[in-house]
Amino acid sequence: MLKYILIPLLPFASFLINILLGRNFIKDRAHWIAVPAVFGSFVLAVSAFLEVMNGNTININVYSWIASGDFTVSVGFLIDQLSAVMLMVVTSIGTLIFIYSIGYMHGDGGYYRFFAYLSLFVFSMLILVMANNFLLLYFGWEAVGLCSYFLIGYWFHKKSAADAGKKAFIVNRFGDFGFGLGVILIFLTFGSLEYLQVFGGAGAAMGQTISLFGYEVDLLTLICLLLFCGAVGKSAQIPLHVWLPDAMEGPTPVSALIHAATMVTAGVFMVARCNPLFNLSEVAMNTVAVTGGVTAIFAATIALVQNDIKRVIAYSTVSQLGYMFLALGVGAYSAGIFHLYTHAYFKALLFLGSGSVIHALHDVQDMRNMGGLKKHMPVTYAVFIIATLSITGIPGLAGFFSKDEILWRTYLAGDLGKLLWFLGTTAALLTAFYSWRLIYMTFHGKFRGTHEQEHHLHESPKVITVPLMLLAVGAVAAGWVGIPPVIMEHGDRIGEFLAPVLGHPEGHGTHAEEYMVMGASIFVALLGWFVAHRMYVKTPELPRKLGASLQPVYNLLLNKYYVDELYSKTLVQPVLRAADRIILGFDTYVIEGIVNGVPGLIGAFSRKLREVQTGMLSNYALVMALGALCIVGIWIFLR
Amino acid sequence: MVPLSWYILLSAVMFCIGIFGFLARRNLIIIFISIELMLNSVNISLVAFSHYLQSLRGQVLVFFIITVAAAEAAIGLAILIAYYKNNPTIKVDEINLLKG
Repeated sequence: MLKYILIPLLPFASFLINILLGRNFIKDRAHWIAVPAVFGSFVLAVSAFLEVMNGNTININVYSWIASGDFTVSVGFLIDQLSAVMLMVVTSIGTLIFIYSIGYMHGDGGYYRFFAYLSLFVFSMLILVMANNFLLLYFGWEAVGLCSYFLIGYWFHKKSAADAGKKAFIVNRFGDFGFGLGVILIFLTFGSLEYLQVFGGAGAAMGQTISLFGYEVDLLTLICLLLFCGAVGKSAQIPLHVWLPDAMEGPTPVSALIHAATMVTAGVFMVARCNPLFNLSEVAMNTVAVTGGVTAIFAATIALVQNDIKRVIAYSTVSQLGYMFLALGVGAYSAGIFHLYTHAYFKALLFLGSGSVIHALHDVQDMRNMGGLKKHMPVTYAVFIIATLSITGIPGLAGFFSKDEILWRTYLAGDLGKLLWFLGTTAALLTAFYSWRLIYMTFHGKFRGTHEQEHHLHESPKVITVPLMLLAVGAVAAGWVGIPPVIMEHGDRIGEFLAPVLGHPEGHGTHAEEYMVMGASIFVALLGWFVAHRMYVKTPELPRKLGASLQPVYNLLLNKYYVDELYSKTLVQPVLRAADRIILGFDTYVIEGIVNGVPGLIGAFSRKLREVQTGMLSNYALVMALGALCIVGIWIFLR
Repeated sequence: MVPLSWYILLSAVMFCIGIFGFLARRNLIIIFISIELMLNSVNISLVAFSHYLQSLRGQVLVFFIITVAAAEAAIGLAILIAYYKNNPTIKVDEINLLKG
């Protein structure tokens, strides 16, 4: 049992070794430590998964962390069905990304540092996933945020990267503030932070209210909304989604890690983990569902017009995370986790594939300067096609099963559900369009870069393409564990597997309805493909004309609905101005007054005292003589 | 027989001249001589008391003082010459580099 502690500890050891010895001793051999460590975690995770499959969930307290009166917190691990699935996702994707990084980061000056932070990132996520109490979860939660800051700002000499790192950290702070309050409120309500005791006592807390600014608020709703606040920040939902696209400033493997395995999935995981609380609050559930649904379509519309290859995929992630929250919000927790799991494969594949493209083009990210890469990079092209087929929901591939499950469960969730289903299906149409747009702009047509770049075009080395191929297998096959029962009896194995933790989703519909939902999503996937093909292959001048005739809409989307500008105007600049004022007033006169005043006073006194040393011998002689006189005087008169 | 008090008086007068020279003169060599004068005034009183008390202890002390004074004079003059080579002056009010 205790060996499972090694799952997070192996990456942590890799972090320590690389960060301490990397600079002077390990240098370019950092991957020899990091990759075996994370692979070891993967092997242990598989063994833990098999153990859970056999029906043994693991809940052990390793170490008593804090004991203060009634407040006790242990470092303890809970491996149940939910964490087992998450462990598999994090460690398997993590391993492949680590291997990929060997090729991608080859020759970078901070190679050891990169692997050290990558290991710390995986460690934090594993702690987050395996925690058996809210405080340890919070620790992992914050550590993940810290690592994202390190890695997004990895190329810190580039101002945009350093800014993006700061932005990610600060935006997450907003969400984490709510999350922290939520954890405190949980302790006040339940007197414990252990999952088992909190979830066990959830029923008893139902109906309690708390007075907030003079209003009586339902306690559980408040807790859930505060927790969800953290999830909104970490999983980049509206209105805190702004950091994720900027996070593209980090190296591509980091983007893949953030988007697929660690970080953004934390919010989804946390809400799913807290499902006994969320189930008891309808308001919170509806908030989650609406936020998810709106984010899904909001981000998808932005992705339509972006030109940076990684930004398109980033908005696609925001959109797909919206789907996951949509599923959680309608009570289909296992569908949300299922989508998290399939999404991890095809999104990691899309990112690492785009990394391969960027690598080949020597850091060109603008799709307008790409095109025609199909014949130069056949492997990358092939895996990109697979990932795209998967994300757009073409039947048989991973994305189809999970997305369809979400849309079906949403459809069943009453009138609000019907509306959200419509939003989700529209978002699926947009997803298909922008995904194929990306393919056509990048791989089809003529190469639009410089002649020299074209000359250097090459397929990436094996260390990059092999992880891609393995992920492609995942992007195809990952969904086969969740085939809807309407197609195959007992096909939804993952749903049944997760049921002990996440419960069975409610709502039943006829087979005809289910086929209708399925047909609709297949139809929009094909329609999006068709439109993209029409616009970018058949008539390449059409997009520009369309953009010109719909100028205001196009600009609105290109500028991401001006959300960044809005925050800049309403939050960032006032804070900066206030800070300026504080610096001018308080800092200049009070703080610097003290800091400069005390040494100044001592200096002035010393300067006066120094004048005693005149350098005149006769003065010294006089003092000596007077001194001798005094001594004699004292000796004579006071004896 | 000269009474003891005369020796003491002579010693006191010599000491005061020494102090005056030490404080008032600006020539470093004169100051030096003044110091020697003070030392020797002490020697006189020591010898006088030694004779008066019929004890040789005072005279032994005088020999030590003469020895130390000789060493001191040698070192002092050496410093003086070394300084003079760098900075051709022996006026103490011009020798004031070491000041705050």
